[in-house]
Amino acid sequence: MLVTSPAFKENAHEALSDEQLRKALGNVRAGFIDKRAKAAEALPEFEALRESARAIKDHTLANLDLYLTAYEEKVVAAGGKVHWAETAAEARGIILDICRMHDAKTVAKGKSMITEEIELNDFLEASGIHPVETDLGEYIIQLRGEHPSHIIAPAVHLNKEQVEEDFRRVHTDLPPDRDLSEPASLLGEARRVLRRKYFEADIGITGANFLVAETGSSIIVTNEGNGDLSQILPRVHIVVASIEKVVPTLEDAAQILRVLARSATGQEMSVYTTISTGPRRANDPDGPDEYHVILLDNGRSAMLGTEFQDMLRCIRCGACMNHCPVYHAVGGHAYGWVYPGPMGAVLTPALVGIDKAGHLPNASTFCGRCEAVCPMKIPLPGMMRHWREHEWERGLNPAVVRSGVRFWAWFARRPPLYRLATYLTMPLLAAFGGRKRRFRFLPFAGGWTKYRDLPAPQGRTFMQQWRDRDALKQGGAA
Amino acid sequence: MNTREAILGKVRNALGAGDDPGRLEAVWARLMNAPTGVIPARGQLDTTSRVALFCSMAQQAAATVDRVADETAVPAAVSAYLRARNLAPRVRMGGDKRLKSMPWVDERNLQVRYGSTDGEDEVSVSHAATAIAESGTLLLVSGKENPTTLNFLPDHHIVVVDASDVAGDLETALQKVRQRYGKGEMPRTVNLITGPSRSGDIEQTLLLGAHGPRALHIIVVGG
Repeated sequence: MLVTSPAFKENAHEALSDEQLRKALGNVRAGFIDKRAKAAEALPEFEALRESARAIKDHTLANLDLYLTAYEEKVVAAGGKVHWAETAAEARGIILDICRMHDAKTVAKGKSMITEEIELNDFLEASGIHPVETDLGEYIIQLRGEHPSHIIAPAVHLNKEQVEEDFRRVHTDLPPDRDLSEPASLLGEARRVLRRKYFEADIGITGANFLVAETGSSIIVTNEGNGDLSQILPRVHIVVASIEKVVPTLEDAAQILRVLARSATGQEMSVYTTISTGPRRANDPDGPDEYHVILLDNGRSAMLGTEFQDMLRCIRCGACMNHCPVYHAVGGHAYGWVYPGPMGAVLTPALVGIDKAGHLPNASTFCGRCEAVCPMKIPLPGMMRHWREHEWERGLNPAVVRSGVRFWAWFARRPPLYRLATYLTMPLLAAFGGRKRRFRFLPFAGGWTKYRDLPAPQGRTFMQQWRDRDALKQGGAA
Repeated sequence: MNTREAILGKVRNALGAGDDPGRLEAVWARLMNAPTGVIPARGQLDTTSRVALFCSMAQQAAATVDRVADETAVPAAVSAYLRARNLAPRVRMGGDKRLKSMPWVDERNLQVRYGSTDGEDEVSVSHAATAIAESGTLLLVSGKENPTTLNFLPDHHIVVVDASDVAGDLETALQKVRQRYGKGEMPRTVNLITGPSRSGDIEQTLLLGAHGPRALHIIVVGG
């Protein structure tokens, strides 16, 4: 997909004035935050499990080459096939080859962010193969020709009236006077329509939440059951997974599963956690005849050994965006690529380049909620800071920002001068602030005052107050 | 093979990993010993309380639960479930030995069909290999006797589980699978099922009955 991250500011402006979107984004706050908090509170070991999950991923990443080869060996032993892909194009090529080998016309897809990352749908469509998204949210946005706006709730930016419109537009063989006013009737219709598609599909494609080195298994975690139907009804099951999805053992997967569902949707456990190993066995009455895994790098190995390695612990639960005030305001599409929110602000620059995605790590208030709720304890704000440094070092910031920061830095490196300047400016600003004690317009602060008043400084500078406080404390101690 | 070596080479370089035998040993030990991490205290109970916790957690996940004294009471419990919901007296099940040995013939109105489903069956009956009390989760394994399609295509999925098979935690249940199939071996599919299928994709309104069963009914035998 076209990377529109360079236009983040324009995207965000557009999002802020979109009434439908404002209404839909209200559901993020209401739908996710309380549920996660309750689920975390109900499990006394939740914090200990976060620490355990973090340690498992750190250990795995430090030995990633060994776990990947151990995993591969077990997949092959179970009768599956492993394909390695360095780039998105290579992964698409491998998938197309498998489709061609089976003369596939349609492909049923479980929800998978990695297939968004490699732009699989457009590619298959262009190659004459019809991909059908079977997750309800993904199905809706496929009908609309859109991309997910959230990594676990892809259609969170839509309201039910919009979905009704799309269903009426596309499901033309159904009676036009049918009632679609409630989410339940929309879900029922999607269920009926998609049922046929699983049986028609020649190939099923899913992602993977985990790959287990001990057993050569892939694990998907879902609520709808579509990921399971997509892999047991077609003759061929293709798993697309990036290399950092591997964990050592079933026990390790169990630790991370406990924090995954709780952080994502506030469930104790998602409805379906499915562990798939190889193709159907000789006596199995159902299941796929072939099982393929595509192990994709696509920029991950370049993050290893850098200050961004910790990002590879991410398990795609979505908690960071659910708790992000910037995401709440602009939604997922504004971020301009596959991964939105704080995790996207760190991952997107790594995968598409800081030159294109520089706005994303800057679109943060550094409130720290993302890091506080991240089940894998990924220091997201810290890594956004690293990206800002990279951006600065490579001279990618606009000239006005660079000269502004230089001007400020010149003072900041000369503390006495800095203190003097603030000491002199403060009363001046306070005086100009007038009786209302705020500015409706201020030179060099137009970006702020365009939308709200800037409060005028009152009283003394921070440094003065700090000195007073120290003096008071010392006085108190004596 | 070239791509494989290229990716592994990049990973090794990035990690600064030489031929340190200590790494291999640590990885091997972890794969062999599969150490358990943090196990929630919640499920560490005596049998009676463990089964009770399983039932209440499953209900919390919107499953319905019935308890019967022994396996001979299962067919009657299935019939009762169908009657209460006005469903046709027809079920499909795999050839699971424990299910087959139950007195289905006593339910004279109940038609039992065997094998995997093509989607035309309204109700299926499966036997769980084990269950997990901490989360109210059923664990089902695929195989000759347990077609996976039965877990997903019918509107109503009835799952029988022995009270003695209910584990306190996820790790204990996975250890049972390991004991049954051998270390490092797995059946094609292990389904961990917690409640009936659902979706919150439209306006984050949680609705039951997405693509999988609309209803999950659990029959706990004994305990």
